[in-house]
Formats: sequence, structure tokens, C-alpha cells
Amino acid sequence: MSIEINGKSIETDEEGYILNLADWTEEIANVLAKEEGIEMSENHWEVVNFLREYYDEYQIAPAVRVLTKSIGKKLGAEKGNSKYLYELFPYGPAKQACKIAGLPKPTGCI
Amino acid sequence: MLHIVNKSPFTAGALQSCLRIAKAGSTILMIEDGIYGALDGTAVSGQIREALGDITVCALSHDLEARGVNGKVLDGITLVDYDGFVELVTANDGVQSWL
Amino acid sequence: MSEAGATKKFLYINRKAPYGTIYAWESLEVVLIGAAFEQDVSLLFMDDGVYQLVKEMQTKGIGMKNFTATYAALGDYEVNKIYIDKDALTERGLTLDDLQHLVWEDENEDWAEKDSIHLVGRDEIADLLDEQDVIFNF
Repeated sequence: MSIEINGKSIETDEEGYILNLADWTEEIANVLAKEEGIEMSENHWEVVNFLREYYDEYQIAPAVRVLTKSIGKKLGAEKGNSKYLYELFPYGPAKQACKIAGLPKPTGCI
Repeated sequence: MLHIVNKSPFTAGALQSCLRIAKAGSTILMIEDGIYGALDGTAVSGQIREALGDITVCALSHDLEARGVNGKVLDGITLVDYDGFVELVTANDGVQSWL
Repeated sequence: MSEAGATKKFLYINRKAPYGTIYAWESLEVVLIGAAFEQDVSLLFMDDGVYQLVKEMQTKGIGMKNFTATYAALGDYEVNKIYIDKDALTERGLTLDDLQHLVWEDENEDWAEKDSIHLVGRDEIADLLDEQDVIFNF
């Protein structure tokens, strides 16, 4: 499968996760978000950028519980809770935010 | 004869068998997990050091780097890359892989 | 944490070198997936398994993914009991300085950084095995 952006074709898996991390751009993130029914706000970007940094350091996408805790540590307790993250990404923060961030589906994602 | 060892000396008898059989003048090439046999300060380093007089011992540099141990190789062991691997195979009459 | 009665002690024993076989990476994935179930998890590295934690691996030349950065995430997954067989290190001419320095942050002590790695001898390993409800071998 693939998605078209500005005439360029980006390969994805059957669930819409882009296959090559290096293909990712903010423009692609906006397109992927729109497909998920999400309009990217500053708060969305904060989580997406956090995930990209996490992946860069550890080579994995964090599980929801780990994401929640790490966000809490970095951005404060008012953001490090599942209510806040599910408001931003209703179908699961790890799953939806990872897709928009161009990461593979998280290991152990349920 | 070129002898190729791709198993760790601590989990398989491949290196031991190879050392027992290899004649003077032959070459041993360590690849994959076999490169752990090329390191200094281990329980098998003494045996390799002893063999080095009669036998040429080589280790694949990419496998050493991948495992983070390229700084620990015994003196007297020759590092080869993939091209060197091919040259060893073509330069020797026979190849024995100790799987 | 889970309800007291539901928590079991899980030990993952890692005895294989990385890259030569798939065991090291498979074990790490299973540990990460298992961590989602909030059990009491310990990792034991013995025999060639101690090679998994050697630092500064460069896997570009062998065309495989270097997954060793992921060990540093174990602390975030509350996997912070990592035992290393000291005899295995000695036999391989290695010391703790050759291995990654793995830590975890204690949320209850203002994220104080604590060591995850503990060197153990054969008697301590025997006791560790006795304490477990479930042991996975890789």
C-alpha cells in the first residue's frame, strides 16, 4: 500500500503505518492525521515529537503505559495521564500518535 | 586448507575440533559468533595464542564491530573484510566449515 | 501495580550472543510485551548472553538492526532487576565497564536514578531461580 503526497508515493503497511522512517515529513504527518480524523494542534505535535525523540533514542515506540509516564515526567502531570492523551488521540495514543509520527506500531500494543 | 568457525567457543566445540585438526600452514577464519574466539583475556585466548605460530588466524572485522569487541582482538590475528573473506576462499585449495 | 495476588515473579534467562541467532532480540521483544502485564520481572544474563549488553556495537557492516539501544528503555518499562553472571564475564575477559550502564528512575524518590544491573555468583543465581513462578529461556 502507499499514500500520495504532492505527487510522491510513500509506502505504508496494510494498516497505514509508513514503512520507511526516513520518508516522514510534517506534511505527511498532517495527511496521516487527517485520515485518522485528527486536526493537528500544538498539543498533538508535542506528543508526536516526543514519540519521534523516544524512537530515535531507544529504537522502539513505547507502550501506552510507558508513554504516559514519560510524558508526565517531561511535560508535567496534567499531560501525563491517559485522559489527556486519549482526548488528543481517541483511538489510542500509542497507536494513532505513532502512526502520525511515522513510527512502526508499538511493540506490545493492544 | 581454510577452516571457517562461526560458533562461539563457549557454546560449541567447533573451535576446539578445528584447532585439533588444523595442520600447520592452514588458516582459520572466525566469522559471526565465532569471532568471540579471537579476543584477548578470555578462557580460550591461551589456546589461540599457542596455535598462532603454525596457523594463520583471521577474524571478520564487520562481525567484531557489530558485537562491540573490535578493540579486544588478540595480537597476531589478522582482520579481514568481506573482500578479504573472498580472497581467503579463492587462495585456499579447500574450505572446511565447522558448523 | 496489579492486585497483590495476581502478581507473579517472571525470570527471563538470556544465554546466547547477539546477532548470530535471533534469541537475543526475541527475548527483548517478549520482555517488553510482557512488561505491559505489570508482573515482577527479572532478567538474568549468563554464558554468552552477557555479550548482549556490550556497549558501542556497530552493526552497519553486517546489515542488521542494532537493537542494543532498546535495553536502555527497560527502566521505563519498570524492568529494573537485571542480573549478570560474574563468572561468565570473567571467562570472557569482560568487566562491568565493557557493558551498558543500565539505570531506572524511581518515581517515588523524585526520579532518582538507580542502577539496574547487579553482579551475581552461582549461589545467588541458584536462589534467584528458586524464587520464580515462571522462567523463560532464551
